Amino acid sequence: MKRAMLGMAMIVAGSIAASAAEIAPEKVEFKDGAVEVSLTGVAGDPAAGRKVIGTKKLGNCVACHQITEMSDVPFHGEIGPSLDGVGSRYSEAELRGIIVDAKHTFEDTIMPSFYKTGPYIRPGKAFTGKAPDGPLPPLLTAQQVEDVVAYLMTQK
Amino acid sequence: MKNRSLKGAFGLATVTVLAFGAVSAMAETPPKKAELVVNEDTKLVTETTPKEGISNLEKAYDGWRFRSSETQAVQADDFDNPGMIFVDQALDQWNAVDGTEGKSCASCHGTPEESMKGVRASYPKWDDSMGKVATIEMEINNCRTNRMGAEAWKYTGGKMTAMNALITLQSRGMPVDVAIDGKAKPTWEHGKEMYYTRTGQLELSCASCHEQHYGDRIRAEILSQGQINGFPAYRLKNGKLNSIHARFKGCVRDTRAETYKPGSDDFVALELYVASRGNGLSVTGPSVRN
Ligand code: HEC
Ligand code: HEC
Repeated sequence: MKRAMLGMAMIVAGSIAASAAEIAPEKVEFKDGAVEVSLTGVAGDPAAGRKVIGTKKLGNCVACHQITEMSDVPFHGEIGPSLDGVGSRYSEAELRGIIVDAKHTFEDTIMPSFYKTGPYIRPGKAFTGKAPDGPLPPLLTAQQVEDVVAYLMTQK
Repeated sequence: MKNRSLKGAFGLATVTVLAFGAVSAMAETPPKKAELVVNEDTKLVTETTPKEGISNLEKAYDGWRFRSSETQAVQADDFDNPGMIFVDQALDQWNAVDGTEGKSCASCHGTPEESMKGVRASYPKWDDSMGKVATIEMEINNCRTNRMGAEAWKYTGGKMTAMNALITLQSRGMPVDVAIDGKAKPTWEHGKEMYYTRTGQLELSCASCHEQHYGDRIRAEILSQGQINGFPAYRLKNGKLNSIHARFKGCVRDTRAETYKPGSDDFVALELYVASRGNGLSVTGPSVRN
């Protein structure tokens, strides 16, 4: 009980710290496609990142990419390259850049930009087909990007 | 815009081949060879070489080619094809008097076999009386409201789509041959621009999926070229005939975009352009899809 409480306190403290230091989508700095600085200053959680990658309403990365380590999640796509070994092919900064906005690394790629707020042509409200009520948040939060990067770094 | 996005369509291929050899193997995977012979006697053309200047496709393939052999078999026999049930219902509707003028479709057009052969192969098409490119749905509602004094049908509704299937069947086996010149040209150009424009928060165009990645798996589905020569399509997934604009709407929605309205000028233009990408393929509707 005491441990759980302590854990809670740490999570709360963590998230406050995160929002204070968080880099907004428009403020992200790219260098040759890579993003050196953590978006939140809080270490990413690989388990949470794995969930984002495999969940349709979140990253849905498996719609386009195959990942052997995630074979418990059904139906991986083959639009993009396999992510097996991606943690050895790229540095953490390069992976962060690819997740934030892959168009800086691969010109005209069809991979969506996950930490960007526009401009978009005919943006919609998620998958409803309707016009949005206001400005759209990025597809993933800053911390979710960090979590995804942390997971990808485990794929050596 | 069009130029930029067209460049995008070509650009990806180049980048992919140069920098990522492994990736190129995944793009544009042709479907395996198969012949579509309906009822053991009607041979349909499911691949053709498109005319230059219409698309970036080397070959155009009917969507049937990308489906599993089980789904393919269902379309090859009219007794198994559930789409035919709706064609039968539409034939009753064809002969049914409706509206203030006391007329049915048959009053003016006789039998569908007599009057509707070849219609589907050339639509959408410029209509002088409307002063724009018209789809079969628009012509059906034009007859209903202006000639029969009957209510318009919902553009993607069941009655409309079934009637379209009855009309489509009369052209089965004929090559799609929509005109893209003359008065239809500006509409075709608009449709082409729409096809290559990356919409929604996912910033995907029709070409991103159906030109650059046909034959590849996207999650559980295998992408086809998104051709429309097989429409209306009976989908095992929703157990009904699906119209072209309903399919377009679903695909645009999946880019996290605000969709266009079925029957809108935008979707009519897109339909004309997509139809032209399949010029030379047989009319194969009503088709069967998963
Ligand atoms: C709509 C398809 C699509 C989605 C969704 C997608 N990607 Fe990609 N991704 C691609 C393509 C295509 C490439 C190859 C780059 C290119 O040439 O365009 C790529 C490249 C990559 C690369 C570089 C791989 C290498 O070996 O070079 C990484 C890493 C990556 N994606 C991770 C992700 C992650 C993580 C997600 C989800 C948060 C994701 N992708 C979602 C299509 C997609
Ligand atoms: C995110 C990927 C994606 C995009 C973008 C997309 N589609 Fe599709 N489309 C699909 C999938 C998946 C299917 C179902 C499998 C198939 O038939 O290709 C499909 C099916 C279709 C079909 C049915 C083909 C058949 O033979 O049954 C048509 C027509 C079509 N799309 C047209 C379009 C048009 C036009 C656009 C642009 C407005 C578009 N699609 C954009 C993924 C996409």
